[in-house]
Amino acid sequence: MSNDHIHPPPSSFFYKYIWSTDHKVIGKQYLFTAFFFLLVGGLMAMLMRWQLAYPGSPVPVLGKMLSALAFIDDDGRVTEEGFNQLVTMHGTIMIFFVVIPILVGAFGNFLIPLHVGARDVAFPVLNALSYWLFLPASVLIFASLFVEGGPAQAGWTSYAPLADLTQTGFSAGHGQTLWLLALFLVGWASILGGFNFLTTIIKLRAPGLGWGRLPLVTWAQFITAVFQLLATPVLAAALCLMLVDRLLGTSFFIPEHVYPGDVASGRSGGGVVLMWQHIFWFYSHPAVYILVLPGMGIASDLISTFARKPIFGYKAMVASMASIMGLGFIVWGHHMFVSGMQPVMGKTFMISTMLIALPSGVKVFNWLGTLWGSSIRFTAPMLCGLSFLSMFIIGGLSGLFMAATPVDIFIHDTYYIVAHFHYIVFGGTLFAVFGGFYFWFPKMFGRMMHEGLAKLHCALTFVGFNLAFFPMHFLGEAGHMRRISTPTEYEWLMPVQPMNVFISHSAFLLGAAQLIFLFNFFWSWVAGRRAEPNPWQSNTLEWTTPSPIPYYNFDKVPTVHHGPYEYSTAGAETDWTPQDRPDAGPAAGPAAGAGKGH
Amino acid sequence: MYQPVAVAAGDHAQAHESEHEVSKFGMWLFLASEVMFFAAFIAAYVVLRAHSRGAFAEAARELNVVLAAVNTLALITSSLTMVLAVGAAQRGDRRGTVRGLAATIALGCVFLVIKYFEYSAKFHHGIYPSTNAFFGCYFLLTGFHGLHVLAGIIALSILLVVASRGVFRDGYYTPVECTGLYWHLVDVVWIFLFPILYLLH
Ligand code: HEM
Ligand SMILES: [Cu+2]
Repeated sequence: MSNDHIHPPPSSFFYKYIWSTDHKVIGKQYLFTAFFFLLVGGLMAMLMRWQLAYPGSPVPVLGKMLSALAFIDDDGRVTEEGFNQLVTMHGTIMIFFVVIPILVGAFGNFLIPLHVGARDVAFPVLNALSYWLFLPASVLIFASLFVEGGPAQAGWTSYAPLADLTQTGFSAGHGQTLWLLALFLVGWASILGGFNFLTTIIKLRAPGLGWGRLPLVTWAQFITAVFQLLATPVLAAALCLMLVDRLLGTSFFIPEHVYPGDVASGRSGGGVVLMWQHIFWFYSHPAVYILVLPGMGIASDLISTFARKPIFGYKAMVASMASIMGLGFIVWGHHMFVSGMQPVMGKTFMISTMLIALPSGVKVFNWLGTLWGSSIRFTAPMLCGLSFLSMFIIGGLSGLFMAATPVDIFIHDTYYIVAHFHYIVFGGTLFAVFGGFYFWFPKMFGRMMHEGLAKLHCALTFVGFNLAFFPMHFLGEAGHMRRISTPTEYEWLMPVQPMNVFISHSAFLLGAAQLIFLFNFFWSWVAGRRAEPNPWQSNTLEWTTPSPIPYYNFDKVPTVHHGPYEYSTAGAETDWTPQDRPDAGPAAGPAAGAGKGH
Repeated sequence: MYQPVAVAAGDHAQAHESEHEVSKFGMWLFLASEVMFFAAFIAAYVVLRAHSRGAFAEAARELNVVLAAVNTLALITSSLTMVLAVGAAQRGDRRGTVRGLAATIALGCVFLVIKYFEYSAKFHHGIYPSTNAFFGCYFLLTGFHGLHVLAGIIALSILLVVASRGVFRDGYYTPVECTGLYWHLVDVVWIFLFPILYLLH
């Protein structure tokens, strides 16, 4: 094999860091942009929790500093309208500018080419373009915080007609329009990523890397990419419809009779309000799987590596992700049980949603099966992986309750929902992300993160998270609506107000704990211990390269001889077997064969 | 666009073949997302139409079927000339490629010019996207389709310049074929839009 095709790395600053086509650099661009938004979105959460615990009192310290913003008044209080803006922007930022960019933009970009043994993604230029669509979107959404009237305030779901009308006070400002534009750009960035990753995984796998030898992280990215490719364009279309409603005066989501004021100002009506919810959730239910599947993949790798055992039921893991994908396209109606729908449709969506619990359950039992009887190495990444597992179980179980229409009609739009998705997205996905950083940081930056700080961060986050979010289940059952700014206005919520105070203080702890992570990240980047190539004694191809990884990843395209999870193989020279180790050895034996197959 | 960095063999012919396959595959995937994009619009059209069938039928009568039929013909013919261009590029026939591309561009322009006249006639009669739900759909669907035609024309024009320099030879014609795939999709979308907007009364 010759190395003729290795181009030298670009030498100019511009091509190295700005318009870079190197998947590792693009991954880092996504990463740092997302970190910035993690801070912004996190601060917004703190502001909201302050208001919910102590409605109407000025936010200490931050209030005065931020009083120039639309959602804080001159005395440093969160205004009622401002609360709506905070809820909206917190959700939007965390989903579209933090979690998806980190999972797909950062981890996907970084790991996929390495895991398939390629030197880059299939279309490096389009990959760069994807980030350069994401960045303007980031600028737009951030700028919307400062426009007159403030940012969007109709919720991250932007239901019509609330978000659709420009003549009423609620969504009159430019905030909502900027929101739509920003999401449109993010959407296309995501589509470009999706088809690039799919092509890479399908077409650029190294010799010997059959489908049965792909690490589960990369399988998860594969399924995620299908969602991105096929569901995101539908979101883009929905955004266009709302955008023309706002800019050109069409009435896609505005019926004739309900809004005479708008009809008088040139609206024809004739639209269908519920259509927004259908189109939006057709995308956004798959999107919640975009938010969790890569996390599941990361957790699978962490758990197998540190249990020093092959993953239990590799094929079942892949099959369950595939069926989550199939079902994921036909369950969107479970967000609309209360919006009004035919009982037959309601039942259909209820059953299909409950079916999703099956593949989720298969995954959980397979993770547990992997841990069973293993000698676990309790490293920081493993602690995060185990946290993912336990939090995902709780979030998945609450999902089942909500899937049942009779129950959901009671708890819809309450804090029970807030608890559910935070258990999955924060408790699940973010723990997997933290674990992923502790695990792959040496590959990304050539140094180890500080293990002690990492464990401290993981423990504090685990405690803070559960103290903050578990009580929300009770709040929801007590009838505490989500997205309200002043719970003390409602008599029936007075008895649970102390719980709100407790939750807020736990949330402050949780927020503060994240500073440990950020400190650890940047401190380790400059001063961490230099990493050897394979610090965790792991199998997959990225660990066969030096740390940090050279420009073109592999100086020789690897040939793959093993599955990704051959740990503790009887008779092997070490308790791990790198995927490209040529000796066939006893790897074909049944004990180690769990990760094999083509 | 594609850099054959992952191709193990040093053999160039093989690199090209694999590059060709990868690019084409990527294009197909991209087209799948385009299909979903237009499908969502068409679904919205179906829902709105089901809500006000009479009004839709009435409004549709205001459209100019003859112009649209000419446009349909222009686009279908342009798909044919595109196929010819791809075939010529595959054979390394420079003049054939240039001719095929030029014809395709010309027909695309015919489409847009006719569309321009259709639009301005509507505006002239005071019909805008906000007039009613039907015209909302009409302008949205044909507008986005028109943008795709425009993007196609731009891509084809770039190819035309490249092709005239004789770049496409020795079996290298990937960009022509990929752009061709895109162009056919734009054509197919129109084949759906034409009946649902102009013919369904
Ligand atoms: C066992 C699997 C799951 C089931 C059965 C399930 C079920 C549900 C149901 C029925 C709702 C609507 C509740 C309502 O609004 O009344 C819901 C909301 C939600 N779920 Fe899940 N879910 C599951 C897994 C997930 C996963 C994996 C994620 C994401 C990572 C997720 C994220 C969300 C989010 C973000 C919402 C709230 C959306 C909103 O209204 O703002 N869920 N889930
Ligand atoms: Cu859902």
